[in-house]
Amino acid sequence: MNTGPLLTTETKVWLRDPAAVFFALVFPALLLVGLGLVIPDFRNPMEDPGLPWDSAPNVTVWLPTMLALAVATISLTTMPVQFATFREKGVLRRLATTPMPPRNLIGAHLVINVVALLVAASAAVVGGMTILDVPFAVNPLVVLLCFVLATTAMFSLGLLVAARADRASAASGIGMLIYFPSLLFSGVWVPIPVMPEWMAQIAKYTPIGAASQGMLAGWFGDDFPLTQVLVMAAWTAVLFPLGVKLFRWT
Amino acid sequence: MAVTRSVAESATESAPGTSVVDVRNLRKTYPVKGGPEKVAVADVSFQVQRGEIFGILGPNGAGKTTTVECLAGLRRTDGGTVRLLGRDPQADPASVREDVGVQLQEAALHDRITVGEALDVFASFYERRADPAELMELLDLTEHRKVQFGKLSGGQKQRLSIALALVGKPQVAILDELTTGLDPAARRATWDLVERVRDSGVTILLVTHFMDEAERLCDRLVVIDRGTVVAQGTPTELTDSLGGDRGVRLRFADDAGRGRALDLLTALATRDDDVTGVTPAGGEIEVTGTRKVLFAVVRELAAADVVPDDVRTVTHTLEDVFVHVTGREYRADDDADDNENEEAA
Ligand SMILES: Nc1ncnc2c1ncn2[C@@H]1O[C@H](COP(=O)(O)OP(=O)(O)OP(=O)(O)O)[C@@H](O)[C@H]1O
Ligand SMILES: [Mg+2]
Repeated sequence: MNTGPLLTTETKVWLRDPAAVFFALVFPALLLVGLGLVIPDFRNPMEDPGLPWDSAPNVTVWLPTMLALAVATISLTTMPVQFATFREKGVLRRLATTPMPPRNLIGAHLVINVVALLVAASAAVVGGMTILDVPFAVNPLVVLLCFVLATTAMFSLGLLVAARADRASAASGIGMLIYFPSLLFSGVWVPIPVMPEWMAQIAKYTPIGAASQGMLAGWFGDDFPLTQVLVMAAWTAVLFPLGVKLFRWT
Repeated sequence: MAVTRSVAESATESAPGTSVVDVRNLRKTYPVKGGPEKVAVADVSFQVQRGEIFGILGPNGAGKTTTVECLAGLRRTDGGTVRLLGRDPQADPASVREDVGVQLQEAALHDRITVGEALDVFASFYERRADPAELMELLDLTEHRKVQFGKLSGGQKQRLSIALALVGKPQVAILDELTTGLDPAARRATWDLVERVRDSGVTILLVTHFMDEAERLCDRLVVIDRGTVVAQGTPTELTDSLGGDRGVRLRFADDAGRGRALDLLTALATRDDDVTGVTPAGGEIEVTGTRKVLFAVVRELAAADVVPDDVRTVTHTLEDVFVHVTGREYRADDDADDNENEEAA
């Protein structure tokens, strides 16, 4: 089955949703650069000694968090609502009457959302580096590994939300319910380095907190974030099969 | 009952294998939380021949949609067999997808996809494809090609839905409630369209709760009530099965003429066996009797030079058939009470 035309059409239609485009693509970069420009302290050099670079601005510690935010936004707000809408409106049902299996529509949207995520993350990194002078990661491969695992874990979580929510409004509600604590654990509200120890410990075992901490470690060239990597892999291993198994097509 | 008996006869007429659709003793129940399961389809059998417009008629909640969804392999059956083009959609749903177009009662699209995009992308799913441009022409959608689904009117959505069911050049099209929500002009246009599609060689299974639609369009039909077939045949067979009763309705310009006609015809009824009943009905007179009742009435009135303004013959409708076989009024919203309970629960 040639899924090409389905993928192109779905992409076009996806791009027509202003909310999806804003939150999925632009929001993380905008938040990073916007706050970086507005809050003066974010641009001051870090006082923490022992870093491989001296003049890095404070906002540097926020960049990995923004990458985690990009993952959380797409996987918890954009994607579950899209999938629940397909079900609620009967799009999946209608596809079931054609030779195109409905799971290919879901597959096409996973692809679209992954690409959107790469665009959003690149925009945040490029924006942070060019506008705010954030230095590039010390261990880019560690960052990449954590980013990929964050994506698999969080998309699995989003899939699970979409699997059971029978209405788009329910998917949106449940998504938000998980999204806001996720923001906390990822360090959007309290940056990771100043997070209370107990909170950091909890965050470490959540998929999004592990993602943020892992990417931060990679960015600053700290020790390999083994626990965080294992945590994200474990969440993926549990949530993905569950989401697939519980997914309701009608 | 006479009607149900003729069902059984016509069902055995067709040798198995020649039918495009063959449903036998279909049964389907839905689980109900905290109660006995709901029997949506108790026992439904029918066969459809190639090139027919075959109707499934019944009040709301009768089990029509459930029947066709089982037939199309979109739902698991609980009993009986279904065959589509000789294949078993229950065992292998994918085997019928290429050749069967389905217009579901409840299925929308993304609000932001345009008519043209929807047709193109659905066409890409099939090996044999109708030309989307031609289909849009046929369904009066060409000028709406660039309009997004969310902005279409009910009728336009419905026409797009039919177009999507036809875009894979199906041998069989299953159309569920295709004129619900349309205005009278759009309904008639859709009926013409269905006939054109049939003339192009597509066998059509038409699900409707509109008596007039079934009567106007269907070559043959089954009437389903509460999950069972209560009548089956051609529309004429079904209405004729109600017996030889014919009716004539007469309207007069003034009360004087009507009074005189009433006297004449009442007297006629006592001596002419072809006239069995004369009743005033509103401002009109209704006369019933045998096939010859019209002649008898006209002869009598002509001899006395009493001239009616209007003479209409009254024929049985499928509605009368439904009332006859179920003993209940045909209410399209037969299931409304059930539904309300479900929502309240
Ligand atoms: N998914 C479902 N779960 C539980 N009950 C259902 C479900 N779908 C239908 N029913 C019930 O089964 C019965 C038959 O429903 P069905 O939709 O087949 O009727 P229908 O003849 O198509 O009615 P309508 O004219 O309203 O479309 C109804 O009482 C309905 O409430
Ligand atoms: Mg129905």
